[in-house]
This record gives sequence, structure tokens and C-alpha cells, in this order.
Amino acid sequence: MNGLPVLSILILLPVAGAAVVPFLRGRDAVRWFTLLVLLADFLLAVWILAAFDPASAAMQFREARIWVPALNMGYRLGIDGISVWFVLLTTLLGWICVLASWRAIAERVKEFMTCLLAIQAMMVGVFCALDLVLFYVLWEVMLVPMYLIIGIWGGGNRIYAAFKFFLYTLAGSLLFLVGLLALYFAGGRTFDMLALMAAEYPFRLQVWVFLAFLVAFAVKVPMVPVHTWLPDAHVQAPTAGSIILAGVLLKMGAYGFLRFSLPMLPDASQYLAPLMITLSAAAIVYGGLLALAQNDIKKLIAYSSVSHMGFVTLGLFTFEVNGMSGAVIQMFNHGISTGALFLFVGLIYERTHSREIAAYGGMIKAVPVFGILFAAFLLASMAVPGTNGFIGEILVLAGTFGVSGWAGTAGVLGALIGAAYLLGLYRQMLLGPVKVPEGSVMQDLRHRELACAAPLLLFVFWFGLYPKPFLSILQPSLDHLMTQIVPTGTAQ
Amino acid sequence: MEMTSVTASILASGPEIIIILAACTVLMLSLLPGPGHVRWLAGISVLMIALAAGMSWGLASGSPQTVYSGMFAVDPFSSFLKMVLYLGTALTILMSGGYLATERAVKGEYYALLLCALAGAMIMVSGNDLVIIYVGLELQALSVYVLVGFLKTHGRSNESALKYVILGAFSSGLLLFGLSLFYGLAGTTQLQGLQAALAAQDISSPLLTLAALFLLSGLLFKVGAVPFHMWVPDIYEGAPSPITAFMAAVGKTAAFAVLLRILMLDLVALEAVWRASVVAMAVLTLGLGSLAALVQQNIKRMLAYSSIAHAGFLMLGLIAGGTGGLASVMLYLLIYTFMTLGLFAVIILLNKGADLGEPISAFAGLARSHAGLAAMALVFLFSLAGIPPTGGFFAKFYVLMALIEAGHAALAVIAVLFSATAAWFYLRIIMLMYMQEPAEPAKIRISPAVRLVLLTALAGTLLTGVLPTWFLGVAQAAAAAGLG
Repeated sequence: MNGLPVLSILILLPVAGAAVVPFLRGRDAVRWFTLLVLLADFLLAVWILAAFDPASAAMQFREARIWVPALNMGYRLGIDGISVWFVLLTTLLGWICVLASWRAIAERVKEFMTCLLAIQAMMVGVFCALDLVLFYVLWEVMLVPMYLIIGIWGGGNRIYAAFKFFLYTLAGSLLFLVGLLALYFAGGRTFDMLALMAAEYPFRLQVWVFLAFLVAFAVKVPMVPVHTWLPDAHVQAPTAGSIILAGVLLKMGAYGFLRFSLPMLPDASQYLAPLMITLSAAAIVYGGLLALAQNDIKKLIAYSSVSHMGFVTLGLFTFEVNGMSGAVIQMFNHGISTGALFLFVGLIYERTHSREIAAYGGMIKAVPVFGILFAAFLLASMAVPGTNGFIGEILVLAGTFGVSGWAGTAGVLGALIGAAYLLGLYRQMLLGPVKVPEGSVMQDLRHRELACAAPLLLFVFWFGLYPKPFLSILQPSLDHLMTQIVPTGTAQ
Repeated sequence: MEMTSVTASILASGPEIIIILAACTVLMLSLLPGPGHVRWLAGISVLMIALAAGMSWGLASGSPQTVYSGMFAVDPFSSFLKMVLYLGTALTILMSGGYLATERAVKGEYYALLLCALAGAMIMVSGNDLVIIYVGLELQALSVYVLVGFLKTHGRSNESALKYVILGAFSSGLLLFGLSLFYGLAGTTQLQGLQAALAAQDISSPLLTLAALFLLSGLLFKVGAVPFHMWVPDIYEGAPSPITAFMAAVGKTAAFAVLLRILMLDLVALEAVWRASVVAMAVLTLGLGSLAALVQQNIKRMLAYSSIAHAGFLMLGLIAGGTGGLASVMLYLLIYTFMTLGLFAVIILLNKGADLGEPISAFAGLARSHAGLAAMALVFLFSLAGIPPTGGFFAKFYVLMALIEAGHAALAVIAVLFSATAAWFYLRIIMLMYMQEPAEPAKIRISPAVRLVLLTALAGTLLTGVLPTWFLGVAQAAAAAGLG
């Protein structure tokens, strides 16, 4: 299958699906059709993972087509050992989102499924893009379906949240655009990312471009102090929107640092690393403290995301192999476990229409399967040994202590705070006397809902207990990244 | 003049002659009794525009030349911009029929006046002599004054026309004053002659500065740049909607064509005189347009401020200079024509009578009642906001590229920050369409002509965004030929 443009098929399959959806009749037909398309997309991603050569650090499955030759802009695709995992994560969460919205979305189903299909194509495209403009276009156009998902199918304050989400992200990404144009002219007038990575840039330019990129990526991650859109967006978004936001969109900010800031601007990255480490440590502790104070489940998980993504950016800017591989692992795992948590919050909300933590109690007794699975994902999010969260966090902390003692201490503190709020949530909702919000009947998981949770649970324990296959695919690409971030020596 | 050069001149100005003859024909046919034939006049007008476009296309492949003793230039630059003018006018005519019927103002002279305005705009684009440019500008302006007041029974339309005449006459005065100073300094009004004469002079002479500033003020008034923008919101709001669209697209293109020709192609020697003030005005224009649009309740007023903001972006392309800057402005004007006329076609469909105004809330729930129309409006609005993969994104992208190439990174940052602000008011309309329920189910009938406008605009907006190669190539070639 060497000649087949696999990545293009992976991107275009949902697009083709989105083009067919408007012509389907009946809501169930739309739901089944979308599910099948996204499942097929997922299977293709699994096949890509299986066919991926783990020994190579090079970009694989490459495609290159002419787009705008006058500006040296191309349709260039390819994946390495890092992005292949995000492609898998995106396609996995894609069909889970369809299942999670099966009954929750009863209005304008066609439009909703079109949005899901479209956003999946764009997200996969972002992780496959090897051309700066292609990346940028997909990165920004993704705002459109997400804006609609929050704004049309969201909660009571959805319009405010949708605007805030859109404008924060847009302001950030427009600065990214200016930065990438600056790189274009400094890097030999090409938008080919691999060529731009190979080029060297003067230190001053690197710093400016780094700051422009920082705004864009920091909003997306989100880092303190530009994180305030996230709780609003999460609370108002429908379940599928929250899963996509937490599972994939947040990863894109960190992926941006990984793909652009570090390899293209190594001197500026080193120079500004103290700033990045400070901001990350602040996000870990501050996000955790905010989460501790919440009584809305979705808000709590949203703030926990700020804290957990802080570990990712912290690890990336240690410039040390443990920290960086920990960061990538943490990115993937956060997608799995936080995606799962939002899924479960959605399932609870469908049953009770309440997100108030204090309104629940004893769910392990009332709905045992539900309770136990929820507990498993909470523990994974807490980074308990044996779950996927553990390796990522421990590697990041190990890397950080080698670089900055106080940042490492902040990380440990953040992990402790994390244990506090997640265990608090665990105790309140799962243990104790049975309590559900008034007028609601708790029902245990249906088959459809189990089907969503099962693959996520599989990843939690697979990566928790036997992460070797994951690491072996990741390692060559990470090693390659380590060679790219060696400063060029143009600093000062 | 010799016989051969007369023939060459007539041939080279063929498109203008066709349009003027068409205007006369339409005017005479409009005297026929009864309203039934007016539809045919619209058809004839569009056909004649197509004929002129075909002729311009043919002329574009010939070598650049100046005719009528150097007063009139036919080059790839003018041919490209004339295509934009044809496109804008033809789409305006196609979307006018339904609007005039709703307003009970079906009259043949409407089309004759539009054709006159087009002819004036074309002469501005090709004018190679300050006097010729002035004549074209007045022909265009006078026709538009009448068109703005075309809804005779509406107070707002009349008020706008009067305001426009007074302010327009004032700006023409400024322009003429600058022109006469130039003539006094150089002894000619022909652009190349002027440039040669100025090259011999001291560029820092105060009289020269004064002349340049007067000329510039007159032209910037026409594009609605701050601080000459006051007329734009009032007149955009009061004019019949298709005429607002015409002013936004065709009027702006013609005025920018003159600015480009004077500032970038022929009077580059004066750059030191105008640069600082144009930079300041561009930033102000961008800022005021983006911020003032945030609080508007009338869709046409909002688009007036949005048009001011877009003019600011276009001025940035002018500041960037070089082939890239010139091509970016040309491309921007083309893309702006597609997306603005597309959106105006939607506004006209939502029009329930000009006396009721055009509140933004008319868009509420459009996605429920007319999903296809709402989806098209979505594309036009995201394009105006500059979101990829639409043409509006590529237009801004290319201006930013030219700015950064010329080393104006700070201006690029200012531009994108205002762009992000401006996105808010386009998003607001999308929010109304998709996230609110319709107040009352609107009955909208889309005539074949309007359908053609919508589909052309949609195709143009998407094509220039996704596959801009061809458009970019033509614009770059035209810009390079102009500068070379």
C-alpha cells in the first residue's frame, strides 16, 4: 500500500462523510452513518500505527503536492513517532464522541454530526501537516465547527462561552500567523516545515517569533494567565465538545511548542525557558488550587486540565530527555483520561441534569459498573501507579528536578493538590450513603456507553502497565528532537 | 494626432466606449412606456458589460501602451482592476431587480446611471493624466450621487444623497486644488511628465508637500480613510442596498486604482512626502473601522465601518509597496468584491422595505428557515473576518506577507490585533443566524438572478481561498508589469 496517499484518505474520509450527511433521511441514519465513517477512520489510523516503522525518526507516509508554487506553499503531509499517537488519539475520541452524543443531541442532529466530521478532518490534518500554511489554515478553521458546537448545542450561557473561545484563540493564532511569515522570509522563502527546521535564524528574530508563537500556543494549551476561556467553554459545551476540547484541542498548543518553537527556535527556547518553566509551575499549582475550590464537576475537571497541561509544558522546557518524553506521554494520557472524565460527567448529566458535586453520593453502590469505571479514570487522572497517568508525571518530575529544584517542588505540590481534589470528588460522589439529585433515576451503563468507555479503559491500563510499545515508537522521534534543540550558538 | 494613433486610441479605449454607448442605449430604451421592459434593460446592461470584459481581456494580452497622447493607459494593471469593476457592477445589476421591485422604484435610468458610474470608474483606472482621472472620478461620483437618492420617497435616501453631494463636492475641491498646484509646479498634469519634472525639483519644497497632501486627501476621502470617513456610515446606511454594495466594491476599487497608480507607479518620487501620514492614517482607519463596527445595530452601518477597516488593510498593502504590495492590494480588491457583494445579496433578500431599516436582528434564525442561504452567509462573513480557507483569509495573508517582506512587522501585528477585534461583529451575525430562533418565519424567494449572484460570489470566495494560485499569478504578473 506504499503508493496510496493514506494520510489524505484519513483526512478526506470524514470530509466526504460530511458531504453525504445532509442528504441522509432520519436522525438514526445520520448517527449510524457518522459512527461508521469515524470508526473506519479510526481503523485506518490503527492500520497506520501498525504499518509505522518504529525504528525510524523520519517523517513517514509522506505526501507532497503543489499548492501555491509562487509562494512555495505546498500540500505536505507526514507523521513521525510523536504525531502518529495524536492521530490515533483524535480518531479514537472521534467515534466515542458520536456515541456520547447519541441521545444527548436530539436537535439538529445533521448539523451536529457534520460539525463532528469536519472537526475530525481538521484535527487529523493539523497533526499530519508538514507545511506551515496548511497547518495554520487547519488550525484556525477548526475554530468554526467548535464555535458552532459550543454555541448551538451548549448550555445556558453558551453564546458567551463560544465568543470567548473563538476570540481568545483567534487573537492568539493571528500572532502565530505574523510569526510564521517572519520565519518564511528568514528561512529561505518556503513554508516547508522540514526545511524551516533545518534553517538557522538570528537570535533576535527567534525571540520575537517565539513570543508570537507563545501567545498562540499558550491560549490553546491553555497556560496561566490566558486560561480563562477554558472553564467557560468546557462548562457550556456539550459532552462531545468537551471531549474534543480536552482530548485533542488542548494538545495542539503543546504540539505547537514541540513542532515549531523547540526545533525551529532552539536558542530562544533555551533563553526563555525560565519564563516557560515559571508559567508552567504557576499553572500546575494555580490550576490545582482553583480546581480544589469548585463545586461544579465540569469546572473542576476543566481546572484540573490547566494543572495537568502545566506538567506538559514544564516537561517540554526542561530540555532533558526524561522531561520531554514525560511531556509527550502526559499529553497523550491526559487526552485519554480527561476525555474519559468528561464523557462520564456527560453520562451523569444526561441522567440527572445536575453537575453539582455535593448533590451526589454513594454511586458505587447505586450504579456499580458506572462507579467503578469512573473511579478508574479518576485514579488515572491522579497518576496512581499502574495507570497511564503515572509514567508521564513521574518522568516530567524526574526531568524537572534535574533542571530546577523549585519548579520540581511546585510539580510535586501540584500532584498533591491534584490528589486532594480528585480524591475529594471520589469520596463525595462514589462513597458514602447513596444520594442523587432530586427527581432523577440513576441507571447503570448501557451497552452503548460501555462501548465508549472500554477502549479508553484499555489504554489506561495498557500504558499504565506495559508502556513499552508506546515508548519504542516514540523514542526515535524524541531523540531526533533532542538533536534539534541543541542551541546553534548564535545566542548573544 | 495621426490617423493610426487615433485608431489605436479608439481601439484601446474600446471597453469604455462600449459601456458609454450601452449607458446611452439603456437610457433611451428606458423612455419606452410601461415598466415591463426594465428587466430587459438589466439584461442588456449585463451583456454589454460582458462584451466590454471580453474586450479588456483581449487588450490585456497585448503590450502595455498609453494612448490619447499619453493621457490614457492600457496595461495589465488597469485590465485586472477593470475586471474587478465589471464583476462588481454586473453582480450589483443582477441583485438590483428584486430590491427595486420591493421598493417600487423600477426605472430604466437606474441601469443607465450604473453604467455611467462604471464608465467613470474605468476611466479612473486607466487615467494617466490628473485631469482625465478627475473627469472619470466626477463621472462616477455624479452618477452615484443620483443613485444614492434613487428612492425618491424615502427620507433617508434623500438625506444621504444630499450629504454625499456636499461632502463629495468638497473632496473634489481638495483634489482639484492639489491638481492645480501640481500643474503650477511641473507645467503638466500627465503622470510620467509630472514624474520627470518632479525629479528635477527639490522634494522637500513646502509647496510640493501641500500639493501632494491635497491630492491625497481628495483620494483618501473617496476610499473612506480616517479622518475623511465621516460620510461613509451615513451614506452607506441611507443608500439603496445594491448601491451601497456598488460603492463598497466598485467605488473603492476605482479609488484605490488611482491611489496605486499615483503613489506606487508614477509619483514614487514623492514617497518621502506621503509615507508617514499614510501609515498613521492606515492605522487609524483600521482601528476606528474595527472598533466602531462593534456597536452598530444596523447591518449596513456595520458594514460601512467594516468597509472602513478593510480600506485600512488595503492601505497597509500600499505602504508595503513593491510587487508584493501592489499585487496584494489588487487581489484584496477582487476578493473583497466577491465576499461583500455576496453578503449584500443576502441582505437584499432579507429586505422588507427600506423604510423599515436593516436591523442586524433580521438575520435571527436564518439557519432554521433557510439553511442554504445561512450557510452561504456564513462563508461570506467568515471570509470578511479573514478565517481560512476563504478568500478573505488569503487576501489578508498576502497583505501581511508583503508587509513583513518590507520589514513592517509592527504594522502587521497591529493589523492582526484589529482583525481579531473585527471578527467579533461578523461572529455576532453568525450567532444570530445559528443560535437564535427566528422572530417570524421569513418568506424568502430567491430569483434566478440573485441565485447567480450568490453562487458566483460563493465560488469566487472559496476558490480564491483554496486555490489562489491562478489569481495570484495574474495579480503578480500585472503588478510586475506595472512596476517594471
